[in-house]
Amino acid sequence: MSAKPPSVMEPASPKDMRRISRRSFAWAVGAVASTIGIGRWIFTRRQDAGVPWPLRAILGLNENVWTDLFSSKRQAPTYTEARVTAERINGDEGDLLNDIDLSAWKLTLSGAHSKPGPSTTSDLADSADSSDSNDKDLSITLKQIQSLPHVEQITELFCIEGWSIVQRWKGVRFRDFAAKYPPPNADGSPPDVLNHPENLVSYVAMETPDGGYYVGLDMQSALHPQTLLCWEMNGKPLTQEHGAPLRLVIPVKYGVKNIKRIGTITYTADKPKDYWAEQGYDWYAGL
Amino acid sequence: MTSDTQETPRDEYVLVNKHPLAIRWFHWINFPVLFLMIWSGVLIYWANRVMHIRAFGHDIGPLFPDSWYQPMAPKWVPTWLTIAGTDDAGTAHQYLWNMSYRLAEGMAWHFTIAWLFTINGILYVLYLAFSGAWRQVLPRRNAFKESILVILHDLYLYRKPLPVRKYNAAQQIAYTGVILMGALMFITGVAIYKPSDQSWLVQIFAGLDRHETAYTVAKFLHFWTTMAFLGFFVVHVGQVMKAGWKNFRGMVTGYDLVDREEAINL
Repeated sequence: MSAKPPSVMEPASPKDMRRISRRSFAWAVGAVASTIGIGRWIFTRRQDAGVPWPLRAILGLNENVWTDLFSSKRQAPTYTEARVTAERINGDEGDLLNDIDLSAWKLTLSGAHSKPGPSTTSDLADSADSSDSNDKDLSITLKQIQSLPHVEQITELFCIEGWSIVQRWKGVRFRDFAAKYPPPNADGSPPDVLNHPENLVSYVAMETPDGGYYVGLDMQSALHPQTLLCWEMNGKPLTQEHGAPLRLVIPVKYGVKNIKRIGTITYTADKPKDYWAEQGYDWYAGL
Repeated sequence: MTSDTQETPRDEYVLVNKHPLAIRWFHWINFPVLFLMIWSGVLIYWANRVMHIRAFGHDIGPLFPDSWYQPMAPKWVPTWLTIAGTDDAGTAHQYLWNMSYRLAEGMAWHFTIAWLFTINGILYVLYLAFSGAWRQVLPRRNAFKESILVILHDLYLYRKPLPVRKYNAAQQIAYTGVILMGALMFITGVAIYKPSDQSWLVQIFAGLDRHETAYTVAKFLHFWTTMAFLGFFVVHVGQVMKAGWKNFRGMVTGYDLVDREEAINL
């Protein structure tokens, strides 16, 4: 075989053409075999939480790309009342089919910087250092949460299965909640949730009271202004199937992250476990 | 005309470079990439089968029946070609394939191969733009009229010879159309992928349907563009088979061996 194909319009014989063909089809066979080989290789790799690890690695790459592009200044579309669609119950993980005693419910907050000060953030900054405050869980009532500024929003909830519904939600912004009950900074310095969220620990974990359902969130998505802790849906108090007394609404994530019946919230520097991410789904699940 | 296989004097033929190496790579990479995108897309689509066939106000049924995702293997299919599985009642069967309950796997593949689809598409368009090859692909002013003649010619209804050039008008319209379809695939795909953080993109499709959200419209377009891709594929393969071996060889090797006399007209 010659190293270079003859140049265009050069006189040639059928023999030349056959030689070029042989070489090109050898390449083609090699390319097809390699493609099948690569495909088989990916399919047969060790499973990392339900998917072959090369695919899990690309999901991680996608997470990094979209985390860098994310801006809390951009918002998910909001709708008018007329666009609200029928309610839909989906997902009963976390024992949602069995009612709990709502009057006895309290939110457990773990890993907070310190107990909330009486009024000002400077009081918070002056209180005990984060290392010993991390050991104390806070117990927060629904009334305390509802004393924060209320927000109503009509947004689309996107199920990972592909369907979506538009619903009206009422609750408090998670960022307001986090400002009142702040996460610690990663380096232990006093947190400034609203002005310097980038210094906070990176994750928020949420769990149902029975621990049966749990989600992990990156801090910047949790602090997005449309991320709400809700107690009302479409003008009515949440039913237990929809997550009473308190559920998360986070339009920058798939429905699976919109955890119902929150029992525990944990601020953490370690990537939290996530119910569906353990079963092959993307951990980030950002929209 | 002399047959290819006979040894003839060297100067009766010339080699014509039909498709540069880059174009051939851009072209063939699409084969596994689109196959994997459509396959993983079906795994995703299985989770929410919204497309139904409707006629005269009646819902005839889903576009793909449930049995399509996990068809039972007929008895005559050898066992090693089938997949063991169980139906919803728990009974064991041999299936031809199984595309049910694989949403997570489908998403992982889809959002991996999408990178290859996007990068390959961008490089192809850049190549067309900078090499000047776009002149051969972009339809000319009278392309629509000429393409009708081409179609009639292909159906043996128009007998006169067509103008000789690399791509005829029907090909130009089809190839330009498929590039635009690729772009629509990408735009609707990212719109569905990031409808909140990159909502400006999904908002392109807002207002196209008064009752549905822009997201739903984008999903609809993403699905039907895929169907259009499959339609293109069927026609394309049919035309390649009709055009014959030398044409196919040209897309693999890049070259064609042409009569010296004919080459002057090219």
